[in-house]
Amino acid sequence: MSTVAERSAARKRAKRQEQALDWVDDRFGSSKWIRGAMDKIFPDHWSFMVGEIAMYCFVLLIVTGVYLALFYVPSSTLVVYHGPYKPLDGQTMTQAYQSVINISFSVKFGLLVRQAHHWAANIFLAAVAFHMGRIFFTGAFRRPREVNWILGVTLLLVAMLEGFSGYSLPDDLLSGSGLRVVFSIVQSIPVIGPWTAFTLWGGAFPGSASFLERLFVIHEFLFPALLAGLLGGHLAILWHQKHTDFPGPGKTEHNIVGSRLWPQYTIKSTALLMFIAAVIFGMGGLIQINPIWIYGPFEAARSSAGTQPDWYVGWLDGALRLMPHWEFRSFGYEIPNPFFPGIVMPGIVFTVIYGWPWIDKRLFADYEEHNLLERPRDRPLRTALGVAALLFFTDLTLASATDLLGNAMQMSFELLIEILQYGSFIGPIVGFFVAYRACLLLQSSGAHPIQRPVGGILVRDARGGFHTLGASHNGHGENGHGDDGHADNGHAKDGHAEEAHDEPALLGRDADPDAD
Amino acid sequence: MTGTHGPEDGAGEGTPWPDDVPPDQDDTWFPLRDDPWRARRMEYVIAAFFGLAGAAGIGLLVDYYDNGQTQWAGGLLGAAAACMGVGLLLWARWLLPGHDITASRGHHVSDPEERAAVVTSLSRGADAMLTRRGFLAKKVLVPVGGIFGLALVWPLVDSLGVRPGNALYHTKWYPGAHLVSEDGQWVHVDDVMVDGLMTVFPEGYIDDAASPAVLLNIGGDPIQARKGQAGFEVISGANGLVCFSKICTHAGCAVSLFNVLTMQLICPCHQSTFDILQDCAPVFGPAPRPLPQLPLGVGPDGYLIAKSDFIEPIGPGFWERKGD
Repeated sequence: MSTVAERSAARKRAKRQEQALDWVDDRFGSSKWIRGAMDKIFPDHWSFMVGEIAMYCFVLLIVTGVYLALFYVPSSTLVVYHGPYKPLDGQTMTQAYQSVINISFSVKFGLLVRQAHHWAANIFLAAVAFHMGRIFFTGAFRRPREVNWILGVTLLLVAMLEGFSGYSLPDDLLSGSGLRVVFSIVQSIPVIGPWTAFTLWGGAFPGSASFLERLFVIHEFLFPALLAGLLGGHLAILWHQKHTDFPGPGKTEHNIVGSRLWPQYTIKSTALLMFIAAVIFGMGGLIQINPIWIYGPFEAARSSAGTQPDWYVGWLDGALRLMPHWEFRSFGYEIPNPFFPGIVMPGIVFTVIYGWPWIDKRLFADYEEHNLLERPRDRPLRTALGVAALLFFTDLTLASATDLLGNAMQMSFELLIEILQYGSFIGPIVGFFVAYRACLLLQSSGAHPIQRPVGGILVRDARGGFHTLGASHNGHGENGHGDDGHADNGHAKDGHAEEAHDEPALLGRDADPDAD
Repeated sequence: MTGTHGPEDGAGEGTPWPDDVPPDQDDTWFPLRDDPWRARRMEYVIAAFFGLAGAAGIGLLVDYYDNGQTQWAGGLLGAAAACMGVGLLLWARWLLPGHDITASRGHHVSDPEERAAVVTSLSRGADAMLTRRGFLAKKVLVPVGGIFGLALVWPLVDSLGVRPGNALYHTKWYPGAHLVSEDGQWVHVDDVMVDGLMTVFPEGYIDDAASPAVLLNIGGDPIQARKGQAGFEVISGANGLVCFSKICTHAGCAVSLFNVLTMQLICPCHQSTFDILQDCAPVFGPAPRPLPQLPLGVGPDGYLIAKSDFIEPIGPGFWERKGD
């Protein structure tokens, strides 16, 4: 069907490509690597996309962040504002706050970029957390991927700190209160607390004149460099070890099934970047976030009701609210109250998360190498513990909004806090047993909760055509004997059934050989 | 370009697939390959989406030169990116080769011989340094390196800030300091109505983060003073004036909410609640200690002054804080 002209154009293009690649190979000997890279296979599953979302959010954060850094002034020098935003006219504020007001009102598209940056940060953290949940619940952290789990958890930790440091830069009333709380938490560390806080801030709160510059350097250089390095390592390890996949017909511990990096995966992934950009810039333009001109500049003597941090810090703020009013004294020294919810609790949480691959090995006596994932239901204990942890996290996050929730629910915040105090214990326990039971039920039913109840057995004949043998539920049947030792009653065939039905053209192709 | 491509040269219509490439592994196959009409139509659809993205880009420029309206800019930029995304996705989905390929995972570990070779190379140097020159490496280099590292790192870290000293024990209040309002005016005994309150500062230190205090008029209500804080209030006619540190003893936020019905101060950050008539004892929430009370006095002209600083550290706790 191709014309002569078309073929000669294709030949010319091929020649040009060859020349370019020759030039590169003459210098770097890169052909072998490039070929391997282009033919690299990535398995397809919607949940594998979440990590990619996080990566692209990071890219967009860098782009928008560089733009904002061109206007932001990290200075606590006091100035009097005279600008287009009249309610603040004549007010004394720091240069930092003024520069963010200017970004919002005087720089064209400045507010768009600022809000897009803030939304991107929230989505970034959400994607990282969701990605971690996917890795956890499917056992993707198991050998040989423990190190990548460590890198990933560090990415989460640094991303949280990065988010909080950025949120604090505008020097508005809300973020100033947040910094005051963090200063108090650092100050609460036994023995070294006061010294550490005074060292980080350069003096007593609100810190020396250089504090905002320090925060700025940390936010726009140190942490991003760390994140980029960690992300690079994370991807390099993924590249080397190859992606995990769910069990399914034809999938074993020793093979990998999916689409090639070039061209389809590359284009699909670029499309994903475009969609994320669409969401982030759409939200940045249409949905207000962090209106610092309403909060006003920071003053130590002020704080307002309804003070909520960004969502990923909410669990720590909630823990501070739920903590009973204890503090411990002996031998003339004191361990202040915020130390327990602010340092000990997150310390324990992150220690357990960091150590999970090794706890998991002990728990299930599984020291083997795995490339195929487990479905959450097949490890009820792990899944139930994960659900319990999520409920604990949810309870604490709700607690960070007790004043707003109390207002919305016409309930006193005292009662709400008490409920959430009990909830932080009872919720995870109940969740544990419910999740455990649900796993067992799902195991016995064999059904996938979101699987369409359609399907059939596809049989390929000797000539390569396909035939459907009756319909069966979920594609269960004889068509898959995964040699992964895991596909016991056919429940692991979901992936295959889905592939077959999402690919109508695949079915259509059997007309090809039969037609002639 | 016709938008579709025939089978490769030599593999024309009706020719069986080469034996070494099973049909489902054929690299050049894409969903619309055998349907040129639909492929062409898909090409137009994709072109339309890319065109829409371009149009949104033009709209963005118009918005920029108009007045840079944020909502239009975000909407148009989002629409442009979304159209690009849809176009690319359709392209990849229908017109690009790339259905599932099965390949070997290969080995991500090295051969045993390579591992052994690394051990050999490594120990060549390590033996020479650690075994034969153990004295140099372990006894000299490690301690010297430690000292050098400490000498380098500690001064850099320590010079970042000042020592806390007694900064956490004192505020800017001093004997005879006038209470001033936010705009720097002296506060008179009659300035706050019964059941009213006002944020006050030591004169000259309105921006100090440790000194803000809240002045309350509790009228004739008796206050159950804590030990050492008896008589810190000022009674003047119907006015009963008490003044507490505004910095929460939990995490240092400004205790900014006042419930006049229950005579409570509430911190908006973590809902610590203080009972004013019990000398601001904590009655709910995470705050472990009462808000310290400022000893008040009245100058001959009727303006309020502090008799001294707070008698204890204000704000959140810390390791060396002297207890009760």
